[in-house]
Amino acid sequence: MYSSKFARLAFGLLAETTLICRLTRNVSSKGKPLRSLCSWTVCQHHRQKNQLSNGLTRLNVRTVSQSTVDPAEVRKFQAMASKWWDLQGEFAALHAMNDLRVPFIRDNLLNVHGVRLLGKPLTGLRILDVGCGGGLLSEPLGRLGADVLGIDPVEDSVRTAELHSSYDPELLERVRYQACTLEDLAEEEVEGFHAVVASEVVEHLADLDAFASCCQQVLKPGGSLFITTINKTKLSYVFGIVAAEQLLRIIPSGTHDWEKFISPEDLERLLESFGFHVEAIRGMMYNPLTGTWSWQQSTAINYALHAVKPKEEPQPDRVWAESENLDEPGRATGHS
Amino acid sequence: MLSRLGVFGIGRQCVSVRALNGARAARRGFASSACDEESSTSENELFDIIISGGGMVGTAMACSLGLDPNLTGKKILLLEAGHKKEMDKVPETFSTRVSSISPGSATLLSGLGAWDHIVNMRCKPYNKMQVWDACSDALITFDKENLQDEMAYIVENDVIVAALTKQLHTLSDHVEVQYQTKVVKYTWPRPYHVSESIPWVQVNLANGKTLHTKLLIGADGPNSMVRREAGIPTVKWNYDQSAVVAVLHLSEPTENNVAWQRFLPTGPIAMLPLSDSESSLVWSTSHQHAEELLQLDEESFVDAINSAFWSNENHSELVETAGSVFRTALSVLMPDSGSARQLPPSVAGIGPKSRVMFPLGMGHATEYIRHRVALIGDAAHRVHPLAGQGANLGFGDVAYLTQILSQAAYNGKDLGAMQHLLEFETERQRHNLPMMAAIDLMKRMYSSNAAPMVLLRTFGLQATNALPPLKEQIMAYASK
Repeated sequence: MYSSKFARLAFGLLAETTLICRLTRNVSSKGKPLRSLCSWTVCQHHRQKNQLSNGLTRLNVRTVSQSTVDPAEVRKFQAMASKWWDLQGEFAALHAMNDLRVPFIRDNLLNVHGVRLLGKPLTGLRILDVGCGGGLLSEPLGRLGADVLGIDPVEDSVRTAELHSSYDPELLERVRYQACTLEDLAEEEVEGFHAVVASEVVEHLADLDAFASCCQQVLKPGGSLFITTINKTKLSYVFGIVAAEQLLRIIPSGTHDWEKFISPEDLERLLESFGFHVEAIRGMMYNPLTGTWSWQQSTAINYALHAVKPKEEPQPDRVWAESENLDEPGRATGHS
Repeated sequence: MLSRLGVFGIGRQCVSVRALNGARAARRGFASSACDEESSTSENELFDIIISGGGMVGTAMACSLGLDPNLTGKKILLLEAGHKKEMDKVPETFSTRVSSISPGSATLLSGLGAWDHIVNMRCKPYNKMQVWDACSDALITFDKENLQDEMAYIVENDVIVAALTKQLHTLSDHVEVQYQTKVVKYTWPRPYHVSESIPWVQVNLANGKTLHTKLLIGADGPNSMVRREAGIPTVKWNYDQSAVVAVLHLSEPTENNVAWQRFLPTGPIAMLPLSDSESSLVWSTSHQHAEELLQLDEESFVDAINSAFWSNENHSELVETAGSVFRTALSVLMPDSGSARQLPPSVAGIGPKSRVMFPLGMGHATEYIRHRVALIGDAAHRVHPLAGQGANLGFGDVAYLTQILSQAAYNGKDLGAMQHLLEFETERQRHNLPMMAAIDLMKRMYSSNAAPMVLLRTFGLQATNALPPLKEQIMAYASK
């Protein structure tokens, strides 16, 4: 029992990252230049897919097609959804991480914007979830009232996330998913979001500069960037690579490249060079026995970061004037 | 007394509860039945929370959820098979079904806005409780240091339900209520998507409607249909006892602020204050004796009650002597400890047609939760009425489940997810199990009149009575 718990710990540190590891072949198939941001795709993820349905084209990013319904495809996504959304399963540690990252995002946004509506505190805010996977983080943010756009270059993940949220009318109107890269989106969504969330994503990027630049582009002035990732320390090497990949073999050897991990100091420097102001960096720790995450002083393994894009021209009420119309039906604000 | 008997239970239960939860969570993932695939969500109403059962605990749950700011905007529905229980005017006669409401429960009810209604209708505080043995002079008294604090309140169940119903009516924007609505079938979802199935609990009503909910709260009493349909096993046993309840008229008006309980070899008999001149009787005894008591004419019944509280026929000389030696020794060691014996008031008559009996049992659901299901109140745990804890355990469930769900909503969680429901189960079992074990042990210890057992409990009771810190702990635990 404990060994599996431990396995989950080690896996948890890396779980989302396993889904978004870098494979450049994929990019060339789209005929794009070998830029890092559009080059995420899935290693283990695809491995699972191939176990489930042999013969599907490998590592091929297709466009989302809503109209064609292939029953075999639907079953495949349901099988995948069951993996993504099994709270006790492979992604248990990622589900558990919501206990820290959702309040982290919520409270920092509330500090800036204040509670708009009881029960749905994030109403009126647009959030971009980069590398959304099965929608594990997009859904809670949507339930808090935010309009969430989840993007992931892996179409299978996006379809899985769509299927899962489609059952809940509350989410249906607030959470959308799109199979695309941050770069694709950056061109059409200039200053479109109050917040960008990249949870367990940046450790897989080859070109962090491009990432930071895109975030800068899609954020409204005064908008927040939230990042959670793994530090570049000996400890993270032991837990993230030796334990998870080599000893316990939870994830395929070579999934993670320790060289790609980034320390909070380096990340802060990089973001500030793109004009961000880093507000907070907090260490996170996973306890394999209880299956829960907690905040801690040390950022030696995992950490969360909050950065803000400064307001160029202070227009404090502009943001709210826009979202004023997005009233929640049925319930008035200010009820005790 | 409670603690002496309960310590074993407390330690053991806590450990086993913690150890089991992990394994249980995994097992439960596979235990649910397949989902009905015929209807789709869009055709039917989807609620965030459906509460099944509008008794004291279910109605309190509905009020509590409806008032929580973090749950604002959630769709909440209360289903009740009976009709709406309103009370414009308090009936003149007292009801025989009463509950002892601890200060903790009173705080909850006051937070829900129902306590004022209760005080305006009818309730009787008491600030002392005396428990003594029929086989010896051993006794224990519980009271608050300053007699201004109430130890607990005796409130009629109907009054509690009426007060909560009144309060729930003011929350009609937040909580929908359907009275006279029977559920005929529950269909459980899989723990996560595995097939083309609805991920919610499906509730089929007798009127043909179908509802869906993200979380179903079973507050449907000791014979809970939710529990049965979910296949949650229950550890239960009957005590081979029945309780005879009645409204007693005292021979003269008194302050009447003491709850009396005496352990007879056949079972405990309790007299709980209702007003200056009336008290409520709860007499637990064998089925046969209960039948006989019900057949007696009023005068003989009153005599039987008085003799049950006053008679010394069960005393034995050996226990008497040993007990008084022990008591003398204690008083030498701790001169100021313990409290003086008070005598219960004598009974003059009973309320018209107020004599009723019902069988007693104890039951505990081994699990309080499943994926998208939670049990509260008697649906999860039913106790012997001897400690007056039944309603309080239920209100404790309400307070904690509200807290957990409020936090879950504020963290954007799916309200029916196992993770926070498990927290509810662990915490409540940690409270409820020791309480149930203590009550059950006490019941069993006092069911015997064999000399060693009598001696043991005589010493135990006297020693506990002489130790104020221990008594305070017991009271603090029971008043949560």
